[in-house]
Amino acid sequence: MKALIIERKVSRFAAARLVSSFGSGRGAALGPLRLFDTPAPKDLGPGWFSVTPVLAGICGSDLATVDGRSSHYFEHLVSFPFVPGHEVLGVMNEAGFDAFGDPLLEGDRVVLQPVLGCAARGIQLCDACREGDVGRCQFLNVGHIRAGLQTGYCADTGGGWSEGPLRAHQSQLYKVPDALSDDDAVTIEPMACALHGALRAHHSGSSTVAVLGAGTLGLGVVAAFAFLAATGRSPRPSRLIVGARYPSQRAVAKHLGADEAVPTDQLARSVRMATRSMISGKSNGKMGPLTGGADIVIDCVGSAESLKESLEIVAPGGRIVMIGMPGKVNVDLAGLWQREVEIVGAYAYGVEHLDGVTVPTFSLAMEMVAHHHTGTLVSAHYPIDRFEEALAHAGAAGPRGAVKIVFDLGRKKATEKKEG
Amino acid sequence: MNPRPGFVLEVDRSTPPTLMWKGESFGLQKLPTGSRIVYAPEPFDALEDPQGAIRDALENPTGDQKPLSALLFAGMRLTICFDDISLPLPPMLAPDIRQMVIEAVLDQAAESGVDDVVLIAALALHRRMTEPELRHALGSRVYDAFAPHGLLMQHDAEDPSNLIHLGQTDHGEDVEINKRAAESDLLVYVNINLVAMDGGHKSVATGLASYKSLRHHHNPKTMRHSKSFMHAPSSELHSANWRMGRLIKDSGVNIFQIETTLNTNTFPESFQFLQKREWEWGIKDRMAFAASSRALDLAPRKMARNILQGIKAPHALRTVYAGEVEAVHEKITADVWEQQGVAVSGQTDIVTMGLPYISPYNVNSIMNPILVACLGLGYFFNSYRGKPVVREGGVAILFHPTRPEFHPGHHPSYIDFFEQVLTETTDPVVMSERYEEAYATDPWYIHLYRTGHAYHGVHPFYMWYWCSHAMEHLSKVIIVGGDPATVRRLGFQSATTLDDALEMAKDSVGMSPTITHLHTPPLLMADVT
Ligand SMILES: [Zn+2]
Repeated sequence: MKALIIERKVSRFAAARLVSSFGSGRGAALGPLRLFDTPAPKDLGPGWFSVTPVLAGICGSDLATVDGRSSHYFEHLVSFPFVPGHEVLGVMNEAGFDAFGDPLLEGDRVVLQPVLGCAARGIQLCDACREGDVGRCQFLNVGHIRAGLQTGYCADTGGGWSEGPLRAHQSQLYKVPDALSDDDAVTIEPMACALHGALRAHHSGSSTVAVLGAGTLGLGVVAAFAFLAATGRSPRPSRLIVGARYPSQRAVAKHLGADEAVPTDQLARSVRMATRSMISGKSNGKMGPLTGGADIVIDCVGSAESLKESLEIVAPGGRIVMIGMPGKVNVDLAGLWQREVEIVGAYAYGVEHLDGVTVPTFSLAMEMVAHHHTGTLVSAHYPIDRFEEALAHAGAAGPRGAVKIVFDLGRKKATEKKEG
Repeated sequence: MNPRPGFVLEVDRSTPPTLMWKGESFGLQKLPTGSRIVYAPEPFDALEDPQGAIRDALENPTGDQKPLSALLFAGMRLTICFDDISLPLPPMLAPDIRQMVIEAVLDQAAESGVDDVVLIAALALHRRMTEPELRHALGSRVYDAFAPHGLLMQHDAEDPSNLIHLGQTDHGEDVEINKRAAESDLLVYVNINLVAMDGGHKSVATGLASYKSLRHHHNPKTMRHSKSFMHAPSSELHSANWRMGRLIKDSGVNIFQIETTLNTNTFPESFQFLQKREWEWGIKDRMAFAASSRALDLAPRKMARNILQGIKAPHALRTVYAGEVEAVHEKITADVWEQQGVAVSGQTDIVTMGLPYISPYNVNSIMNPILVACLGLGYFFNSYRGKPVVREGGVAILFHPTRPEFHPGHHPSYIDFFEQVLTETTDPVVMSERYEEAYATDPWYIHLYRTGHAYHGVHPFYMWYWCSHAMEHLSKVIIVGGDPATVRRLGFQSATTLDDALEMAKDSVGMSPTITHLHTPPLLMADVT
């Protein structure tokens, strides 16, 4: 079967880093990612089932890996060689069971909740896994399968960027309702991340929320606040402001429910206006930090610049939620200390506690995807042969008016939705 | 020799191209045959003895007011207020007329033994003046005598401790003005009446008012119902100021009003061609035009701006009256019309204007897109008596690059206005309901207005409201040479050439429209019959 594979070759990671400086996603050409004809992954024992990918998304963390920009932190949480791809819609190749213990039939559409937690590893559940909070699992490199925080980073399971089957554990499988299209379904995983991040904000109806970045995650966060409010699960923030680089992103953000969607360099200005803050420091050309600011800033970029900006526009006592995958950053934290700002990470998903009810993030995400039909965020489908183009497109999604780029593993031809 | 009056030229084949301002540059523009060009009257001669004329006016008051010397006594509180940096345009060569008048008033005060004297720049919601600007307006002798002792103030419309509420007019308008000025035994106001809407009761009722007071007439309703701001009887703004002014007078505030007109000698020797009629340009004028237009086109923008903003006008005092507000204002307004009025018979389908680099609100600053709109549709469009130069449903074609550039120190709220308000609406009523209060009460803008050199947060709204009469009257506004995205944000259309603009105007005004070009500056006011 044909699959994209990432090998541990230091020189190739270095080459990717160099090439990707010309644009995200460019690392595909020279980097560690290669298309191979490879045998399907071996059976991993009871509770594991064979699933053939149908659609698999390309996300920001994939681009970072392909471009050799991932943090060294992940070195011990991956095993080489691996097939990337953790945003996966697939079909069951055999009958099995889903995460709730309900039966699945051969041919059923499923989405993967890709975290490889204690249940998948066949070990005694850690505290987090016992609560269903798999994102916080503490045993991601032990057990009978090799290291890998998720499917798409593990040498044993296979991954979504593959024409042949991967292995999925029962704890990872969620049946896709008939009402969802394939495009809708492939957005469930990123929408679950966005939803989890939005809920990590612990906002109230009087919160001003600023969202930095409007790729899939940023737009997903906007969609999440709108969905949570529409279904009575949490109040609408009093003001939801999105900083987005590209006009198409701003249009989608407004459509999904943002009160304001402004160019990134206007976000501080907008937050100041909305929160009636002052500006401290000199205003020579560029604005200094706000004296007040947004109660919550959701950083969907994860760079040193985005974190610096988040710190400049967050209110004293406010909270910064980092959804975009950060790496090593060099940021002045004096303001964080003096203003008692919290920075919290928002990784993946698990369970959410809403009004005393505990619900898996994935279940909530499926409901949200049905509510917004976020499949509309899928902008282009590529066959796996054209992975270099696909990754370049994903790396330049914003400027090209696109949001989510996916591999369509049954197809031979690329299709792109009309842009604009 | 008497200066020649303004007149209207009909363009024929032999007419040379006309000078066209385009912000921080200018060029020559051929207008279609049959177009009319309205030329301002030539500047009147300067007074030979301006100091003598000023002294004379102070001692021979106009209307029901005593001579200045009879109003001054030892132990009194005297406050002298003066117009700010927005007047005159361009700023005049030293000595500034304010300096000449204030020195004369101070001489009198000294003779009468008055020692409690305060000077106040009547800013209304304008930006505070800088020290060099104040020195230029007042002269260093006055500046150094007052400023170091805290006796030279700039009106602060946001300082509750220095505002006093005098009451409400019979229209329910709050009258709240500068406390020191209101509680003085005598308030002397020194005006520069650059255009007909300057001066009168507007000086005190607007220049020294609070936001709470100003909002009663600086709003879309009043501004829209001020047909021609320059012609008092048809201006709601004027009526409101007059009601307030009378209440101020009835409250016992004793005002000694000094109003002055300058001639329209707008440009110094090296730029004289800018105010000459093109067919009378001599070799020197043509060379000066060629050299300066080329230099401005080639210079980096900042340098071109500095060259132009550095121009000081050789304006000269033409008339001065002092005494009772209304009587003084009536006389001075007649003088302004005499200097600037041009008889224009019949309205036009299309009016064209070249917008220069300066407006009242960007002296030593940047003319941002909102100020571009205001100069064309607020200032120039409204410079008429009777009816607008352009007919209802007609088209205005403005020449200006209209770049999205702002002075962050002077116009901070304009940036938010441009980015937030104008992306949502260009309707004055909608924006006033949705956004005005947030901008007017924004603590950061208030802070910058009070302590920096920023226009008040609400100011861009006023500029936009001022355009509302024109926007309602016209079917289309086209900006030639304007940055397309910026022009679109303003709700106008952009064209690259006059021919393009005329083509675009066709669906509003037909195939063979009449065209009238306002050749200004120098300032002119059209008496349209
Ligand atoms: Zn675990």
